[in-house]
Amino acid sequence: MSDPLLKVCGLKIDATVYPPDAKPHQIKIVHGVDFELQKGKVLGLIGESGAGKSTIGLSALGYGRGGVELTGGEVWVNGRDILQGGIADLRKLRGAEVTYVAQSAAASFNPAKKIMDQVVEASVSQGKFSRSDAEAKARLLFAKLGLPDPDNIGSRYPHQVSGGQLQRCMTALALCPEPDLVVFDEPTTALDVTTQIDVLAAIKEAIRDTGVAALYISHDLAVVAQVSDDIMVLKMGEMVEYGPVDQIINTPQEEYTKALVSVRSINNEEKTPTAPILSAKNITARYKGTKFDVLHDVSIDISPGQTLAVVGESGSGKSTLARVITGLLPPKDGSTDFAGRTLSPDQPSRTKEDLRELQMIYQMADVAMNPRQTVGTIIGRPLEFYFGLKGAEKHKRINELLDEIEMGDGFIDRYPAELSGGQKQRVCIARALAAKPKLIICDEVTSALDPLVADGILKLLLNLQKREDVAYLFITHDLATVRAIADSIAVMYQGKVVRYGAKSEVLSPPFDDYTDLLLSSVPEMNLGWLENVIATRKMESAGN
Amino acid sequence: MFKNIPISALIGLFFTGLYFFIAIFAPWIAPYGMAEAVGDVWEPSSAKHWLGTDSIGRDLLSRMIYGGRTTIFIATAATILSFTLGSCLGLLAAVMGGWVDQAISRFVDLIMSIPTLIFALVVLSVMPVTIPVLILVMGLLDSTRVYRLSRAVAVDINVMDYVEAATLRGEGRGWIIFREILPNALSPLVAEMGLRFIFAVLFVSTLSFLGLGVQPPGADWGGIVKENKDGIVYGIPAALVPAFAIATLAISVNLVADWILNRTTSLKGGRG
Repeated sequence: MSDPLLKVCGLKIDATVYPPDAKPHQIKIVHGVDFELQKGKVLGLIGESGAGKSTIGLSALGYGRGGVELTGGEVWVNGRDILQGGIADLRKLRGAEVTYVAQSAAASFNPAKKIMDQVVEASVSQGKFSRSDAEAKARLLFAKLGLPDPDNIGSRYPHQVSGGQLQRCMTALALCPEPDLVVFDEPTTALDVTTQIDVLAAIKEAIRDTGVAALYISHDLAVVAQVSDDIMVLKMGEMVEYGPVDQIINTPQEEYTKALVSVRSINNEEKTPTAPILSAKNITARYKGTKFDVLHDVSIDISPGQTLAVVGESGSGKSTLARVITGLLPPKDGSTDFAGRTLSPDQPSRTKEDLRELQMIYQMADVAMNPRQTVGTIIGRPLEFYFGLKGAEKHKRINELLDEIEMGDGFIDRYPAELSGGQKQRVCIARALAAKPKLIICDEVTSALDPLVADGILKLLLNLQKREDVAYLFITHDLATVRAIADSIAVMYQGKVVRYGAKSEVLSPPFDDYTDLLLSSVPEMNLGWLENVIATRKMESAGN
Repeated sequence: MFKNIPISALIGLFFTGLYFFIAIFAPWIAPYGMAEAVGDVWEPSSAKHWLGTDSIGRDLLSRMIYGGRTTIFIATAATILSFTLGSCLGLLAAVMGGWVDQAISRFVDLIMSIPTLIFALVVLSVMPVTIPVLILVMGLLDSTRVYRLSRAVAVDINVMDYVEAATLRGEGRGWIIFREILPNALSPLVAEMGLRFIFAVLFVSTLSFLGLGVQPPGADWGGIVKENKDGIVYGIPAALVPAFAIATLAISVNLVADWILNRTTSLKGGRG
């Protein structure tokens, strides 16, 4: 075997932490990681948040984010230990030999400069190509990555192309200087499943055609499996398992890897629909000051104690439907019946009883809780507000609720900042439960969480549903979640319900084109899935 | 919590505390009465008069102590007034939105379009110059700045999910403003308060220097500069003493304000 392109030995990385009321100190976030990458190969780095994936990825560029320090080990690129050289050596490396694709292209492009200027910047300033050569190369890459109108897309500004297209532009940016190694840091995580699949296919093809080596970082094992040759599983800055992709997916050795592979193993018996607790009839809605309807004639029913999942990609009107039901956006047309009464269309004129029985849980638990209130205040306020509970009685009920969400009463005086992502979402669930609601609207409640944590939240929601007989309107873009918990499903596309019914009906053929696209776009944990789907699907995502 | 305070903030806290202490206990600390003529004109400093005497033979140290009391009192009262008024209106405008927001904001724009000093001079030249009037004029003029800041901060917080959650719960406007928004808007407001206080000190000193602030024989730092400014020509440093006091108070309050700002706006809790 020839010398590896990238060789990392005993890499140790420290970060400075600033705990409240204590002196800043260093903690180890990567404890001695070793790996090698041959020319033209792809290594997938996978793990949950905080596993050190991005930190390790960036070390291939000799870079540590603010407060992060590479304290030990060696990083060899093309036979040089890049940690030994000075900043001038690193400057020659970055953007020429090693390039980087960030997670959020929208946040990484400079909105004031045209795409072409940014794509060719590194190649030109590193002296690799002349400006005109670089532009010609960029146009070729645009075409290869499947971007529409490759000759002119470079003269647009970043906000003039869609998220999926921008992510592909960023891939072109990284490939333009003909680097030896590209670090992809969760390039498809911020995209819809239907868009993700196109970007993924484009990246995979570009890697193959240019013969570049890549580090592919993701928290989604199914995605990594499609593009990588080898996979390294990381947990808390340590390597758990490292091997060829085939072995990791099909015969994982470590418990942690097995858990990652078998995630979403929840089974939920589908219940038959009964007289609905909530029925929204012919809802048409538009936002103030706009001239087009975001929802067209949407009708859904939710049975008591059951779950209706609303699925669709971003912009399909899922969250708008929730805003109409909660009364934050009065509809232009249509009405909502809830528990035998007709709900007033706007929230301020609803009765306290209506508000109490209809609760909501948000996607981002950190911003759904007031950072200056303790867990006790957050959960206690609905008790006080709806039931007038005070003192010891309230305290007792708060503890009961904390028990229900599987957290101890030691959490009552904690602030949200002192909780993990999963715990935060649990507290939000407890706050909704405190009102003893009949229906809870769950808006993408698991999409900001790591898969194993999300799994725990879904199990909790199902248990609570059995115990409290509460109905869920479950908004999500993730079909795996839907399969796990729904009783009935509404598929939304461009503001319309395109398919609606019991889970078993909606998920069995024959499919309409959109449902087929949505279903087939969910990454599956088997090799060759990507090629299969691209070859057989009937329509493309609206994001293209 | 005092373990993590940087040295600059400690210095600031010490001097700010010292000035406030002297201001509060002025009658017990000052060696002579405020308006008592106890020596010759512009005596140099001696054991009897630590800072010498002023343009008509009063003890300068005593004048400085009483002057500091007046200056700091006016500045503090004006700051409190401007913050109460400005932040209440600012939060209300942010939460209500619509025409309420428009009406208050455009009115504030109108007032801010007139230079503050000129506005104050015009008002004070037609009103009797007493301490309550001074406080009122300064507080009202400064509240426009506070309004701008608190509205900007509150508009950001108002769109957070936790405010929406409170709205959906059916909470009233009072709870939303005082329990959800205010606690989260407090840190930038407190930091701004330090800066506003110093601007108030400078403002009242400016007014007194121009003769429209504290009236003789009452003492305040701006007034002492005015009374002794002619001495500078003869090499008498009496006018520089209050200037020095204003400068040190400004610097120390700013050191404290910087620290608070740093602590509360930085993602690392200001310890980085």
